[in-house]
Amino acid sequence: MAETTTLVQAVDTKNLGRRAAARVQRRRQRHTSGRQGIVWRTLVAAVVSLAVIFPLYWMLVVAFSPRGEVFEPGLRLWPSTLTLENFVKVFDRVPVMSWLGNSIVIGVFVTVFTVIVNLLAGYAFARLHFAGRNTIFMLALATMMIPVQAIMVAQFKLVSGLGVYGSYWGVILPGAAAAFGIFLARQFFLGIPDEVIEAARIDGAGHLRIFLQIVLPLCKPLIAVLTLLTLLGSWNDFAWPLIALKDNDLFTLPIGLLYLKNQTSPDYNAIMALALIAVLPMVLLFIFFQRYFVQGFARSGIK
Amino acid sequence: MTALSTRGRDDVVSSRPRAARRTARLRESLVGWTFAAPNLVLMTLFLFIPIVWALVISFQETKGFGDPEWVGLGNYVTLVNDGVFWQSLLNTVVFTIVTVPIELIGGLGLAVLLNSVIPARGLFRTMIVMPMVISGVASGMISVILFYQSNGLVNKILQTLGLSPVGWQSEGTPAMISVVITAIWLRLGFNMIIYLAGLQSISPELYEAARIDGASKWQQFRSVTVPLVGPSTFFLLIMNVIASFQVFDLIFVLTGGGPGNSTSVLVTYAYRNGFQIREQGYGAAIGIVILLITLVFTFIQWKTSRTRDLVE
Repeated sequence: MAETTTLVQAVDTKNLGRRAAARVQRRRQRHTSGRQGIVWRTLVAAVVSLAVIFPLYWMLVVAFSPRGEVFEPGLRLWPSTLTLENFVKVFDRVPVMSWLGNSIVIGVFVTVFTVIVNLLAGYAFARLHFAGRNTIFMLALATMMIPVQAIMVAQFKLVSGLGVYGSYWGVILPGAAAAFGIFLARQFFLGIPDEVIEAARIDGAGHLRIFLQIVLPLCKPLIAVLTLLTLLGSWNDFAWPLIALKDNDLFTLPIGLLYLKNQTSPDYNAIMALALIAVLPMVLLFIFFQRYFVQGFARSGIK
Repeated sequence: MTALSTRGRDDVVSSRPRAARRTARLRESLVGWTFAAPNLVLMTLFLFIPIVWALVISFQETKGFGDPEWVGLGNYVTLVNDGVFWQSLLNTVVFTIVTVPIELIGGLGLAVLLNSVIPARGLFRTMIVMPMVISGVASGMISVILFYQSNGLVNKILQTLGLSPVGWQSEGTPAMISVVITAIWLRLGFNMIIYLAGLQSISPELYEAARIDGASKWQQFRSVTVPLVGPSTFFLLIMNVIASFQVFDLIFVLTGGGPGNSTSVLVTYAYRNGFQIREQGYGAAIGIVILLITLVFTFIQWKTSRTRDLVE
């Protein structure tokens, strides 16, 4: 290899002159180092990606292993036999279907409410002039990052006072009071060309008609992003449902997971089986709609 | 853009008398309020009222039952003299200081790596972003099992490597480390996404120019990449700090704040007081502290978000 290089170099020097030959050689080196670079970079990327995905693999392993096997001495990276006993046990012992149903009902309601009110408010903040608009928008922005732990005592009293403590509504209504969607929707509506809306106004269309017939059909990507992010947030929400729900039968999946863990001798295999059930719908949604998720994360800066 | 639309509207109505114009403006105001109303009602009810109410409760002493008693600044005085509060605040700060730089550096490194041309790039990106859709509770549960003290996988791997097993549950520092690792795992993907967007806005010509000037890969990274993703870095810095200050699910599930109070943070301590010890007034006072800290960082982010928008 070295010899060939020298030979080629010699030829280059003869044909091109010293400086040009040096340049050609540098380019050649960069080319080979570039190819080596790709190999190295791919290797590093593969190792990091596998490390990141490993805990999820481990969840699968524990969910499908015989009870206690992962805590036996000796390094073992896959189950000795694949078993469904953990799933059978978890369905047997706790109301999994109710919890799944609760997560779905709460998730759907929160999402539908949030998306509708956020779209309307986002349109108002982007496209309509009304007194106090900027002040209110700034107030909404300011609350965007406030964690529920800051105000949970008062929220708890409020929800109790409204008589919805321990019910679906006690989770759904505060869940739909988020501001981040307004921000996202407003950004999107600001991007719609003025001509589109002005043309409709000149034709005599009212704001509601413009919103429903002209603006909404244009913002399918926005609706997709809002829907997916809100659903994800509601599905994974923990702190507020933990406070607002009291009956086992009304638990969502995250609260159910905690319930299983708080048993006197927690069955970690069963917990991972339930965790898998809780995690799988969002993983599937993410795989199918990755583009929207990533867009939403990047724009809203939540998570 | 706003100016443009205003002018357009004036053109339309200018032929009508002034009264009509005022009516039109009033009507638009009304329509605006109507559109915003559902969201505003929800936010007022479940955000603004609780914020004010939380402040009120923080001046009271209540056990959840019976009439609350006004104690003025009593809860705040307790707070200043409460060692566990200060430890929780310190833990929060330590947790933030450790996680945020690793998230930033890791995110930027991964973004640079996965912005370059390599095979299966999309797959790698998907794998690294995947934890973002996993709930804090589920991640916490997985970590409980991975970091299980007696024969958990992490300890078994350490032993296989000839190291001694670590007391992830019985000792404070290892417990904190297990929380830190899990939190970084959850947030790395977000940092990478933001940095990828930042990198894609850098003109390739800048790298070409740097190359012609003879800059090495590392020099290009330091003098082109790092300064030009500055706005992304700042945005992420604030978002990561806010997220780290609010880490709840993970700690609640993984360590419960223990052993002792070694992983207790502000949000878990507020919950413990508000709902486990049922010192609601005191829990509310800690909540107000969290609220103020969050508002400060939100304000910084808001003040500086313009620069980011301009660069994007």
